[in-house]
Amino acid sequence: MNAPAVLFEARDIAKSFGQTPALRGATVTVAPGEILAVMGPSGSGKSTLLHCLAGIFPPDSGEVWFDGRRLDTLTESERTRLRRTAFGFVFQFGNLVPELTAADNVALPLLLKRAGRKEAYRQAARWLDRLGLAGKGARRTGELSGGEAQRVAVARALALGPRALFADEPTGSLDTLTGEKVMNLLTGLAREQGVTVIVVTHDVRVAAYADRQVLVRDGVVTADVGTVPA
Amino acid sequence: MSVSLTLLGLLERQPSYGYDLKRAYDTYFARGKPLSFGQVYTTLARLARDGKAIAGPPEHGDGPDRKRYSITEAGLADVDRWLTTPAEPEPHLQPVLFAKVTLALMLGRPADSYLDAQRVAHIKRMTELTRLKGAGSLVDTLLADYGLFHLEADLRWIDLTAARLNDLREMVRDL
Repeated sequence: MNAPAVLFEARDIAKSFGQTPALRGATVTVAPGEILAVMGPSGSGKSTLLHCLAGIFPPDSGEVWFDGRRLDTLTESERTRLRRTAFGFVFQFGNLVPELTAADNVALPLLLKRAGRKEAYRQAARWLDRLGLAGKGARRTGELSGGEAQRVAVARALALGPRALFADEPTGSLDTLTGEKVMNLLTGLAREQGVTVIVVTHDVRVAAYADRQVLVRDGVVTADVGTVPA
Repeated sequence: MSVSLTLLGLLERQPSYGYDLKRAYDTYFARGKPLSFGQVYTTLARLARDGKAIAGPPEHGDGPDRKRYSITEAGLADVDRWLTTPAEPEPHLQPVLFAKVTLALMLGRPADSYLDAQRVAHIKRMTELTRLKGAGSLVDTLLADYGLFHLEADLRWIDLTAARLNDLREMVRDL
């Protein structure tokens, strides 16, 4: 059977927080293995779109599909299980557990996925190595630079072997050169692993690492830049 | 920036004398480099020769005789093509972007669509340059960085201009 041409699809989704609408009928598709950048100014609804696609919360109306099944009609526990097993996340400030070491942070989701302890730490060391952090596994996150911490977050997300990786302003707290390193590693490794990436950013230089970019304005996807031929 | 297309765009708004065209051009597009009368009349003569504009009969007044110029169908097509085709993304585009947006507003055309098309062209070019950085040498990277930062500056200008279109529309309407 052929793989589906669409891995994610949001169909005319709307979402409000109280009286404030964040999405007003957003529609977007993401192909398997594609790196999609969702761009837009602050308050445009781009992060809300990411959260709906990732099943963090369902939209108020419209549909979200993942790999041929409705995601928005799953129960909260079903969505949580899906996020733990199929999705990886990288946020602006890493969201690492500060009391744990870099290796603990990467191994933790693997342990939650019921991997054996030895295997989880072996995988953690391998991914830290791939992200240029060999020898830093024993450091607590407070002892790492911003760029190193963000690379730990990428390692943690990819170590799970996710179908998709969601990144929300992954370089927002980094300087230009460090942000470039993180984006090179994130997109390079995702392409190598065939992981679909949805990255939300207001920074067009970050978006330029993607295969395709869409623009969100006032809660609607207003433009699709399209795929730039390699 | 193309002086002849800008003058042609001003003619689309209304048939005009050379003096009025120069005044409108200098007000909005010259930025300290006003057109000489010679340049205006040479450009109008060339536009008339190429069938883009038509000179009316000489009109007698207090001063020297003057002619009122009108745009032709071929001229209208040229202006339309120029305004709706995104400029090739490259550094230092500000004069041409500014001219297109201002003219689009003067002519009641959808300036926001033009800005959207230009934004897409810029992002595509930035994606190409980012790939070049990944595949090329350090020299390629440095050159690509230069292009990327300038294109980013253009994009920020495009975003801000899009947010100011209503104010700009009000301003040019009174010209």
